[in-house]
Amino acid sequence: MKNKIVRIVTTLAVVLGVGLSSFTAVKAGEDNYTYVYDYWGDVQDSPDAYTVAQVFDFGALGLSKNLKAPESLFVKGDHVFLCDTGNNRIIEFERTGSDSFNVVREITEIKGAEPSTLASPADIAVDEDGDMFIADRDNARVIRVDKDLNFKMEFTRPTDQAIDAESGFRPDKIVADTAGRVYVEAAGINKGLLKFEEDGVFSGFVGATRVSYNFMDYLWKRFASQAQREQMVSFVPTEYDNVYMDKEGFIYAVAGGLKEEDLKSGTVDAVRRLNMVGSDILVKNGSYYDGEFPVYGDLYWGGGGGITGPSYFKDVTVLDNEIYVCLDQNRGRLFGYDDQGHMVYAFGGNGNQAGYFRKAVSIEHMDNDLLVLDQLDGTITLFIPTHYGQLIYDAMAHFDVGEYDESKACWEEVKMLNGNYELAYIGIGRNLLSQKQYKEAMEYFEVKYDDENYSRAFAQYRKQWIREHIVTILVLIAILAIVPMAIGKVFSLKEEIDNADIFKLRR
Amino acid sequence: MARSRSYQKAESKEEKRMRRAEWLAHWGKTMKFAFYCLTHPLDGFWKLTHEHRGSYAAANTILIAFIFTRIIKLKYTSFLFLNVYWEDVNVFLYIASIVFPLSLWVVGNWALTTLFDGKGRLGDVYMGTCYGMLPYPVIQLPLMIVSNFVTIEEGQFYSVLSVLSLVWCVILIICGMGQIHAYSAAKTIFFTIASLAAVLVMIFLLMIFFSMVTQGVSYFISIGRELMFRM
Repeated sequence: MKNKIVRIVTTLAVVLGVGLSSFTAVKAGEDNYTYVYDYWGDVQDSPDAYTVAQVFDFGALGLSKNLKAPESLFVKGDHVFLCDTGNNRIIEFERTGSDSFNVVREITEIKGAEPSTLASPADIAVDEDGDMFIADRDNARVIRVDKDLNFKMEFTRPTDQAIDAESGFRPDKIVADTAGRVYVEAAGINKGLLKFEEDGVFSGFVGATRVSYNFMDYLWKRFASQAQREQMVSFVPTEYDNVYMDKEGFIYAVAGGLKEEDLKSGTVDAVRRLNMVGSDILVKNGSYYDGEFPVYGDLYWGGGGGITGPSYFKDVTVLDNEIYVCLDQNRGRLFGYDDQGHMVYAFGGNGNQAGYFRKAVSIEHMDNDLLVLDQLDGTITLFIPTHYGQLIYDAMAHFDVGEYDESKACWEEVKMLNGNYELAYIGIGRNLLSQKQYKEAMEYFEVKYDDENYSRAFAQYRKQWIREHIVTILVLIAILAIVPMAIGKVFSLKEEIDNADIFKLRR
Repeated sequence: MARSRSYQKAESKEEKRMRRAEWLAHWGKTMKFAFYCLTHPLDGFWKLTHEHRGSYAAANTILIAFIFTRIIKLKYTSFLFLNVYWEDVNVFLYIASIVFPLSLWVVGNWALTTLFDGKGRLGDVYMGTCYGMLPYPVIQLPLMIVSNFVTIEEGQFYSVLSVLSLVWCVILIICGMGQIHAYSAAKTIFFTIASLAAVLVMIFLLMIFFSMVTQGVSYFISIGRELMFRM
């Protein structure tokens, strides 16, 4: 009897659990795991755009030794390179299934290099031919090796007077372009990225961050003595935290640790997209009720959970559809922005559960899947897009190739899943606009306050309307112009008759 | 007016209708005069009180038009130019945000100028200020309608006209003050600034008053509560 009751209860619990979990998969999570900011900057809960496929620790990755202070991930095709910095090794994995990785090799030694072992390898970049660029930090060099680990060349501390002679050379992050040029972010160098030509010659700095200071600081400094001035913080540009080269060869650079007031006033950028000459070409068209939508992660920096301050962007990765996902180390969150600077999703948090991080340091993507490296846990978290997330990507992809009906259908479905999602409305509107359905498009843009697209649709609609009603308009103008004239004429005629001489004679 | 008042007791329907028509005609005339003040601020505001060309009815009408415009434009201005966070809109607060500063200004201005040879009475100041507020509805109402027929690129004129409507109001009110009190230009400007200071002083006093009242009330409430707990 007792057994039976237990069985019934457990069955019920299982049924309930399954029912609830399938329910939460569609509905926005109760714990606000995923959210977006709307036009007013209000937090709008969102269905999850990504779910955790698996969290890989060293055992699940097939390694015998725990990771120690790993710093970076790099993905090339199916292969993942993990810089296990504290263990002086780089591990190459191959993704063999949707959620399984196989170790290909562990890189600890370079043939023909001097010294041949790696010391705190901090970052790696791999080009099309399989040549690897390794930021070998404690050996103060960036080395280029071929795919069989034969030493090819090295990039060392440039003898440039712009660099303090005392300081060492600690390359932290690197990217390499298709021509073999290397861009290095090195600790203690704040003049931008060091650019090395393909022959190893240092050719200058690229993309220095803007120097920011406020007027009061400047005034104080003017009146301070030399000794006082040295006590003050100097106005120096911030160093980048990480760099990523997108498929077009532009460098996305993120800087964390920015001051709140600088971010608020827009004098510094948390994310920049650098072109060849190092100027920022990141598009920020996200509209916002009092200006452009800032691309710096969380808008509110309250002390929830003892965490204060703005988002600290530690790494960035750019998906093939130009959505870039920034990794906030401060709150362990991921922020996705599209190529226009609209926020697509934000999710994550600090914690010990799957999908939460203790100290997230690196993010990479494999197609649309995201890999996040947690330094303290020594784990890689694999996120895969949910149905909802995939719909957003599909809608964007369809739109880009001009399949407006398909794109619209995807956005409609996104809208069904998340009625508060502005991109869905604007996406539908843009598809309608492309199909010349101006009136309908205007309605969608108006709902979500997209003034530029609305104006575009409205200008066309107005032109169309005038063309259709030109006859009515002309007739109306004619009536308005002629009728008063005619009335005036009648009156003056009457007056003329009244005052005519023949009638005067009679008097 | 005097004639109609003497017959007030035994008023026939006909007389009632005539009185209403007379009132309406007076209202129409004084309203029309408000538009004359728009373009002739010095001459207009002098005649407004000194030659009794204005009326309270017209002044109230303009004030209501001002409030009406300010509220209606929230809804019917194109979203390109004005976006409203409806969750935070409180119509009564909007009305108060106009009426309250207006009354502070009127009282503050009158209280000061009456001590310094100002010719205007309290009612004159109210009337003059209301007449000076006319450009706002006159510009903003058509602007609100036109805003729905333009794109954002063509919308530059919106902000210009918007600012213009307010600047015009301010100029009219300052001119009106000077004429109503028969002040020189320098004295007018000085007393405009002094009136604003008086407004600030009144706000300060009101805040002190209300916080004292709140504390006084809460004192008695807590005594009452204490007694209830003891009993």
